[in-house]
Amino acid sequence: MTVPDSFTRREFIKVISAGSAGLILGVYCSPGKEQHENGESDPFAPNAFLSIDRQGNITITVARSEMGQGVRTSLSMIVAEELDADWTKVRVEQAPAHPDKYGGQNTGGSSSVRNSYMMLRKAGAAARAMLIAAAAQRWGVAPESCTTQNAAVYHTSTGKTLAYNELLEEASRVAVPSDPPLKDPNDFRIIGKRTPRVDTIEKVNGKALFGIDMKFPGMLFAAIARPPKFGAKVVKFDASKAKAGEGVRQVVQIEDGVAVIAESTWAAFKGRDALQIMWDDGPYARQSSDAIWKSFEDAAMKEGSVDRNDGDAKAAFGKAAKKIEAVYRAPFVAHVTMEPMNCVAHVQADRCEIWAPSQTPQDALGEVSSLLGLPNDKILLHVTLMGGGFGRRLETDYVIEAVKVSRVIGAPVKVVWSREDDMRHDFYRPATYNVIKAGLDNKGMPQAWMHRIVGASAHGLVVGGSRPPYDIPNVFIDSHTLETGVPIGAWRSVGYSQNAFIVESFMDELAHATGKDPVEYRRTLLTKSSRLRGVLDLAAQKAGWGKKLPAGHGLGVAIVQGFGTSVAQIAEVSVDRTSGQARVHRVVCALDCGPVINPDTIEAQVESAIVFGLSAALKDEITIENGGVVQGSFDTYDVLRINEMPAVEVHIVPSTDSMGGIGEPGVPPIAPAVCNAIFAATGKRIRRLPVRAEDLKTG
Amino acid sequence: MASFTIKVNGTRHTVTVNPDTPLLWVLRDTLGLTGTKFGCGRAFCGVCTVHISGEATRSCVTSIESVDGKTITTIEGLSSDLSHPLQQAWIHEDVPQCGYCQSGQIMTAAALLAQKPKPSDDDIDAALAGNICRCGTYNRIRRAIHRAANEVQSIQKGGRR
Ligand code: FES
Ligand code: FES
Repeated sequence: MTVPDSFTRREFIKVISAGSAGLILGVYCSPGKEQHENGESDPFAPNAFLSIDRQGNITITVARSEMGQGVRTSLSMIVAEELDADWTKVRVEQAPAHPDKYGGQNTGGSSSVRNSYMMLRKAGAAARAMLIAAAAQRWGVAPESCTTQNAAVYHTSTGKTLAYNELLEEASRVAVPSDPPLKDPNDFRIIGKRTPRVDTIEKVNGKALFGIDMKFPGMLFAAIARPPKFGAKVVKFDASKAKAGEGVRQVVQIEDGVAVIAESTWAAFKGRDALQIMWDDGPYARQSSDAIWKSFEDAAMKEGSVDRNDGDAKAAFGKAAKKIEAVYRAPFVAHVTMEPMNCVAHVQADRCEIWAPSQTPQDALGEVSSLLGLPNDKILLHVTLMGGGFGRRLETDYVIEAVKVSRVIGAPVKVVWSREDDMRHDFYRPATYNVIKAGLDNKGMPQAWMHRIVGASAHGLVVGGSRPPYDIPNVFIDSHTLETGVPIGAWRSVGYSQNAFIVESFMDELAHATGKDPVEYRRTLLTKSSRLRGVLDLAAQKAGWGKKLPAGHGLGVAIVQGFGTSVAQIAEVSVDRTSGQARVHRVVCALDCGPVINPDTIEAQVESAIVFGLSAALKDEITIENGGVVQGSFDTYDVLRINEMPAVEVHIVPSTDSMGGIGEPGVPPIAPAVCNAIFAATGKRIRRLPVRAEDLKTG
Repeated sequence: MASFTIKVNGTRHTVTVNPDTPLLWVLRDTLGLTGTKFGCGRAFCGVCTVHISGEATRSCVTSIESVDGKTITTIEGLSSDLSHPLQQAWIHEDVPQCGYCQSGQIMTAAALLAQKPKPSDDDIDAALAGNICRCGTYNRIRRAIHRAANEVQSIQKGGRR
């Protein structure tokens, strides 16, 4: 197995405690800092804990957040495997935020499992080796003659056996092995097996607690009036009507708006609606979608900053036998997590406690610390379950706001966002305007690829994932990022999510322009990427590419390589030409993400990614009028529903290659696969998202 | 403020709140039953679904005043021990991802099964189109409903023998 960079860091394991608490191992995974190389001079600061208690329960404390991606289960499985534990007794405990104790705590970039895989394996293996040594010592036999199974050590020739929890004290006195032997993956009995999630039960009986469910004794509830236009400020406000509302305790201004403090969420919402606030115009009072698109179009006429320049694309384009050019547009889209933003905070004179559904607890901790002037160790920030993250909860705005409110009122408070607050005060996927050109040789193969991207604010989120994964000798990508006033953030699969739509739709245009089969055309251009070719072939085979379809149906293909994973998707779509409605019947997805921890999680994540991407492709667009967001709830920004759900098939390529992520890479291919299928079914090329009925109606 | 009496999961509660307070916030903020979720407050998403006199209802747009004296079941009261066939099916199919929408999905499905013990795919579409799952667990939800329906049927058949 190829070892990705992240695995080459050094890991240290030490005994933290033994005795009545059981055996607790601290695992320190060095993020590559030089000073930790000898492991001795620094105080030992573990970033994961593995404990076995006297009842035989195994707990690992980890720093990554659970938001539906099944990370608690996957991480448990890894430890249980190497430890030879009874996996049903392994639980993950959520670590609170700490500036450095746990290494990086950000949960994003589809990285949780791949970044902790080796560390957790070693932790499990070390504990197992120590338990074996303890048993061997007690029996007076060689450790090599002992085996483990189901949380017990066995001595085969004498038939002796000792359960792990009978060995804790002795095991804790054994020196921690620096390089414990890891299992041969062929011997895995948990990793790679379909395994039910550890938190399913609490999610079907209503007991699971999300951020919005947390409370402190004596807690009040708050709703905040936020600026209707980007960057607008409160000029003055009249709170008399709000204060007259039953259950309203107080109205306070914080720098970003006006908060109504009440005895219940409902009283806070009603009070907020009764506020009369005069806002200033802010710097973007007249901003609109039309104006933004116009400014993008203008910028696209000019050279941008160069992001990629392989070969000489301009020259190659100049002498191409055939030139193809198109303009593609991707809109702003919102995250719309099912659980709206919220946070519970309690600020006291010398300390602060927070319950936050956060993907970036360390960032939040740092900001709270500087806001309050409190040292980190006086702030306890718990990470809760999240009702979806998708990148929205990488931001810290909703945490900081709650802390500000609690500080002003001097009481514990829960700030709950309405759906409208959540949709209108998001950090959106940037809208982009794309001019894309290809020069083909006389065999129809691309020799030059030129892509100019104009997008809102955040360069990385605009340009990421724009490089075509094909053998094209001359590639030139340049970009402009314009400040539009619209807040921009990471949206599940970031730059890939819009750039795959553009790159893979345009590839389809090239194939059709030269009369070639879209799968075959891509195939010929993937000589350097066997993993992508592998998934493309598998998807084509499973989808029955080339076979006859029902009348009016079309198949479309798209491939993406990102987050260490290769994905191909083929969508089957039909279009009702009278209504212009596109219907996605079936999606076949093949992927290669290297070694798999839980195949069931992979399938669930891919289905999830497809639904997420389909909502955006078929339905979603955030538009701007008068400096603010138009859409507010599901009536104007609907998402995919059960009656629109296609059949989804997931095929995992067995692989021992490097491990890739899984939360995001399933998102990007679905929009282009669907649009390419629409072209196959109707001959209509979709160059702006979302797909609109008016673009597909005949007559 | 006024007093209202409701029976929730078999227990009578008298609450003193604003008459227009949605049942959702009485359940969550007053009674501490947080299994019922908030997603939109406008009957668009279904995460707040409970049963009122057996009927699947969006508690976010149902005022406490309008349910005075009524019998309410929330996810916490669907069964005391996960024994409801839908909960069993949900566990079997490992449906939840983030889990936030699942109380509403299960409560809507439970009302559907009570009316149509053997729902077709179209019945499921019609009943559950109002329940959004942003994590995209729809295909598993569908499988779980069919599974629960089959389980119930085979138990009933067994019982008659
Ligand atoms: S919260 Fe009631 S339907 Fe959305
Ligand atoms: S499981 Fe997350 S919204 Fe349905």
